[in-house]
Amino acid sequence: MSKRDRFKSVPMPKQPPHERIRNFNEVALGYTEEQALMEAERCLQCAEPQCVKGCPVEIDIPAFIKLLREGKFREAIMKIKEKNSLPAVCGRVCPQEDQCQKDCVLGKKGDPVQIGRLERFLADWEREHGVELPEKKPYTGKRVAVIGSGPAGLTLAGDLAKLGHEVVVFEALHEPGGVLMYGIPEFRLPKSIVQAEIEYIKKLGITIKTDTLIGRLYTIPELLNEEGFDAVFIGTGAGPPIFMGIPGENLSGIYSANEFLIRVNLMRSYLFPKWDTPIKVGDKVAVIGAGNVAMDAARCSLRLGAKEVHIVYRRSRAEMPARKEEIENAEEEGVLFDILTLPVAYYGDEKGWVRKIECIKMQLSEPDETGRRRPVPIPGSNFMMDIDTVIVAIGRRPNPLIQQTTPGLKVNEDGTIVVDENMRTSIEGVYAGGDIVTGEATVISAMGAGRKAAKSIHEYLMKRKK
Amino acid sequence: MYKIIEKRELAPGIKLIKVLAPEIAKKAKAGQFVILRVDKTGERIPLTLADWDQKEGTITLVFLEVGVSTKKLGRLNKDDVILNLLGPLGNPTEVKDYGSVCVVGGGVGIAAAYPIARALKEAGNKIVSIIGARSANLLIFEDEMKEYSDEIYISTDDGTKGYKGFVSDLLKDLLVKGYKFDMVYAVGPALMMRAVADVTRPYKIKTIVSLNPIMVDGMGMCGACRVIVGGKTRFTCVDGPEFDAHEVDFTELVRRQRAFIEEEKKALEIFERGELL
Ligand SMILES: Cc1cc2nc3c(=O)[nH]c(=O)nc-3n(C[C@H](O)[C@H](O)[C@H](O)COP(=O)(O)OP(=O)(O)OC[C@H]3O[C@@H](n4cnc5c(N)ncnc54)[C@H](O)[C@@H]3O)c2cc1C
Ligand SMILES: Cc1cc2nc3c(=O)[nH]c(=O)nc-3n(C[C@H](O)[C@H](O)[C@H](O)COP(=O)(O)OP(=O)(O)OC[C@H]3O[C@@H](n4cnc5c(N)ncnc54)[C@H](O)[C@@H]3O)c2cc1C
Ligand code: SF4
Ligand code: SF4
Ligand code: FES
Repeated sequence: MSKRDRFKSVPMPKQPPHERIRNFNEVALGYTEEQALMEAERCLQCAEPQCVKGCPVEIDIPAFIKLLREGKFREAIMKIKEKNSLPAVCGRVCPQEDQCQKDCVLGKKGDPVQIGRLERFLADWEREHGVELPEKKPYTGKRVAVIGSGPAGLTLAGDLAKLGHEVVVFEALHEPGGVLMYGIPEFRLPKSIVQAEIEYIKKLGITIKTDTLIGRLYTIPELLNEEGFDAVFIGTGAGPPIFMGIPGENLSGIYSANEFLIRVNLMRSYLFPKWDTPIKVGDKVAVIGAGNVAMDAARCSLRLGAKEVHIVYRRSRAEMPARKEEIENAEEEGVLFDILTLPVAYYGDEKGWVRKIECIKMQLSEPDETGRRRPVPIPGSNFMMDIDTVIVAIGRRPNPLIQQTTPGLKVNEDGTIVVDENMRTSIEGVYAGGDIVTGEATVISAMGAGRKAAKSIHEYLMKRKK
Repeated sequence: MYKIIEKRELAPGIKLIKVLAPEIAKKAKAGQFVILRVDKTGERIPLTLADWDQKEGTITLVFLEVGVSTKKLGRLNKDDVILNLLGPLGNPTEVKDYGSVCVVGGGVGIAAAYPIARALKEAGNKIVSIIGARSANLLIFEDEMKEYSDEIYISTDDGTKGYKGFVSDLLKDLLVKGYKFDMVYAVGPALMMRAVADVTRPYKIKTIVSLNPIMVDGMGMCGACRVIVGGKTRFTCVDGPEFDAHEVDFTELVRRQRAFIEEEKKALEIFERGELL
């Protein structure tokens, strides 16, 4: 160990690009025990650890790394689980480079400790060796309804169940998990892992009712007044896709990233016709946008047989919102990046299928008062691209149904729900958190919100007479 | 899991099932639909609520077997179960006393028009219904419609029953004869709804249609069901399914319905060979 360069992290094995673009199996393979121990060894066990400050749920990172180093894997994962009930998920999809690993002292001179990979290793180890359930408090007789089974709702449900409350999670789709199930692809987050994490939370004693759209089947006032719930948590996440509103956008072959990813992930259309939901991907695909969602859509397209996949992005490389690791993965797999390019119209064939995109080149303006360089079109730089599939991944709005069917619920102009610092909405007994409050964010921030709301709901329920 | 407690064949390729779903039955309103998935590998398909019974806790669905999903559903029998059932979805019909309403149902759309006719009748409207099918043996829900209609007219494309021609032609005849409607309501295949819209447009009669684009989630998250109405993109599952017929871009609706036609055909061939079971 002493011979190893302390400033170099242990690389994580990955499926080679030419192989992985032909399957939906996980790309990153995870550390072996030996690799995990080697990487853990690099941690300096700082007295004032910067890493912890970067983690939205403040996992005691040096403590779990120390336990890992000592070979106490069970204790190490329990240390993580004190703060994070979905470690196998977060270890895989947290933007660690912007969070826990961002200010790790080792990062000043070399690679930061690969905290996410260690977290993933421990979570995977635990799944293989049997999961231990934490203790549960005695039943309080209080009932909480949770709307939405994404990371916010699931975390909150688990926390409240441990505190002895009865929890029912209502999910509109046929499988629980939110974006973890329907959005993030199998090759980045295997569905069996999400399901195992959900099974764990279910074992804490919660009920998940799928196929239940709140706002239509029951409204929030009905849950509180007729169905006997003492409190409600809204974790409905982001929903309606944003389109650009340019000519030809409704041609066939133009999907929202949401539709595309729901078909591929939730409906398993990569297994069509064995699974019934079809998907159609042509030879040349353009994905509009450059966030995580865009990268996922681009990489799914390759795996579905596209020969050429372009990321079309109006700003430059430096502004791409996707995680660095995902941009690199996409690039390794052969995704092409058309930066400073903005679609202005789509053209179809006689059957109404998209065939061409008209784009305009952009340049970055001088920084404005906010310091941001806005992209502006270069007049006369229009050009055509031959394309036969388009995936629009420029963002989503908050799911609106609850807001529309809950009188008195305060909503911001952008459709997100207003909450105070304790995640309370404008209605007594009704709380909210996750993407429905913040707009599109991250798994870990949604979990953090769920955790905070659980604490707040618990206090409310225990103070309440009834 | 949702149990089928009754199953009937109404006409060749058109089946009716009654499904135990007490929560949905309790909340159902005219004009709403459900999304179901027959089994684990199934597709999510939308079907309109043709009826419901709160006391019995059941909903009734009527469907035409066109592809793999509807054929799979058609193979289920009494006491079999449907894996997933989500509903009620969509905005209910705006039910009030408009005066005189013409309800037009085409093909399997007659079953979907039925609860709307009933609700409008119960709200005090005079109901004139026009129902039609390709041929006499394909005409469904005639008795049900009669019960809530002050007058009923029937058409078949081949003239085997009633007026020979399309429901829209029959509607035009009535208008020419001087019938006055405060509103026209049309449910059926997209091309039929378009024809009805074309007939009522010159008369400036408010016309509502219930659209049937391809859907996936049915809760406003995917945008697969987007249609252009009044020049704006709307999501049928949450903004509809009912829209002002004179504002709908039917050409695009029909085009988008056919987006996966080659895949659907291929899947159906494999299914009929028994290779998917
Ligand atoms: C493709 C994609 C890739 C992403 N990649 C990453 C990543 O790598 N790292 C990262 O940290 N974040 C990533 N994100 C973002 C992250 O997934 C979200 O921020 C997070 O899932 C939000 O959690 P949530 O619990 O608020 O909502 P969601 O996960 O959106 O879950 C909300 C759930 O509520 C249900 N629901 C909605 N309305 C109702 C209703 N009326 N009744 C019942 N149920 C309802 C929905 O069906 C859904 O299941 C990604 C997002 C997407 C779409
Ligand atoms: C709100 C709504 C309510 C509906 N109510 C009913 C109903 O009560 N009874 C009923 O029989 N059908 C109804 N439909 C249509 C029904 O959902 C489709 O027929 C079904 O999804 C076809 O699935 P499939 O796998 O059997 O056929 P597929 O293989 O998917 O399709 C076979 C053929 O049907 C066409 N098709 C596919 N989807 C649709 C669609 N959504 N609408 C029209 N044509 C389509 C395809 O272009 C193709 O030609 C409704 C649709 C919507 C959106
Ligand atoms: S939860 Fe995310 S941010 Fe926190 S330590 Fe784990 S990987 Fe880092
Ligand atoms: S900042 Fe880095 S080196 Fe220090 S404790 Fe955290 S992970 Fe270890
Ligand atoms: S079916 Fe997905 S938005 Fe309407």
